[in-house]
Amino acid sequence: MKARRLNRRTFLATGARIGMTGLALSGSSLLLQGFGFGDLGSTIEQASKLTNSATKSFTAVSKALEDITPEQEYYIGRTIGAIVLNKYKPYEQEAGNRYLNLLGQTLARFSDLPELFDSYHFQILDSAEINAFATPSGLVFVTRGMLRCCAHEGALAAVLAHEIGHIQLKHGLHSIEKDRITKATSILAIEGTKNFAKSDIANLTSTFEDSINDITSTMINNGYSRSFENEADVAAVTLLGRVGYNPAGLIDMLKIMSKQLKPGGLDFAKTHPSPESRIENLEKLVAGTEAQTPTASQQRRFEAALKGV
Amino acid sequence: MGEQFSVQVRDGQVRTKPSFLGTVIATVHYGDRLAVVQTKESWVEVALPGSKQGWMHLSALTEKEIILNPNAQQVSQAASSDELALAGKGFNKQVEEQFRKQNSQANFAGVDKMETFRVSQEEMAQFLKAGDLKPQGGEA
Repeated sequence: MKARRLNRRTFLATGARIGMTGLALSGSSLLLQGFGFGDLGSTIEQASKLTNSATKSFTAVSKALEDITPEQEYYIGRTIGAIVLNKYKPYEQEAGNRYLNLLGQTLARFSDLPELFDSYHFQILDSAEINAFATPSGLVFVTRGMLRCCAHEGALAAVLAHEIGHIQLKHGLHSIEKDRITKATSILAIEGTKNFAKSDIANLTSTFEDSINDITSTMINNGYSRSFENEADVAAVTLLGRVGYNPAGLIDMLKIMSKQLKPGGLDFAKTHPSPESRIENLEKLVAGTEAQTPTASQQRRFEAALKGV
Repeated sequence: MGEQFSVQVRDGQVRTKPSFLGTVIATVHYGDRLAVVQTKESWVEVALPGSKQGWMHLSALTEKEIILNPNAQQVSQAASSDELALAGKGFNKQVEEQFRKQNSQANFAGVDKMETFRVSQEEMAQFLKAGDLKPQGGEA
């Protein structure tokens, strides 16, 4: 029993460690190894020193996050999705949304978090702003403005893989103030029957609203930290390679984005590190991968699905 | 008795091999308790009723026992135990409903519509093939 338990813990801890290393350095050494980098001994040593010093507080946060079951994460994600779809109008074009889901749900299957309480779902937003959002538990939104930064399927795959990265690394949940999670879990620990008493529901709903505000204000208004964005880029590079897309697709997209972003804009210009600095980090990550041109069949379906967007 | 895992997703798919390209042979549900036959990286082979076996991804499973309709005793047990989880605890459907009453502008209908966007196993395989994509481990 113990050995098996360790097995699952190890699985979870690996995810946490990758996240942690990413926080300490701009790219995880564990993942860098996969890209044919040479001797990383000193980098790893440095990372482990930094990691150890931060492990204590990180473990506390992880423990609190572990108390959020996939079922609870699902209700948090749905509510944030409902707020995004109030702020932005969904773009009702069946072919485009269908293609986005084919691509995104296929990618998600090969991510480190393939199974969610419900499933990953993708939606185009009717906005010229350059933006994309991912809620906990798998709702991903991409604006028409962002789609226009993608010249080929691999570039769009890169945008979706970056968002899937935020979900698998639980970046949204990290924005919730820790004491709210403790508060919610203490209510449920005492009163966790199928139906709550009226006063408990009022308390829980108020904690729920606060948690939702924590996430939306980070996700929509202020943006994640630079290290979370780097981690999501690293996760995207890994995922793209796994599925068979050229990880450099992310760089292709960022190059177009850097020309189209307006300084001082409220979209990616405000919430993300500059495309130039992301490109600089990514070029180190994808060095040595062979350049691939998108296949004709990919390009045909990409253009057919997104024409008019 | 050997080790058991619980299904922590709404519907979990059991496959013929430890890969998402494996054929789905059964669907299991939230809270179902399954005996573990063996594990292989992030995949778990589980025993199904009728002496069948199949593979599930570890992210669909938890070592905790999930109690769907807990009695008072289980509620107090869960408070002090890492081994029990209560379904519907904390942020749940009831909390969402309360939130909706207080935030009528939130577009839950849009989210419900999004949740209908589903891609089947066959459609994924076809999408990969038509796009000349060969995922790692796809041949497993």
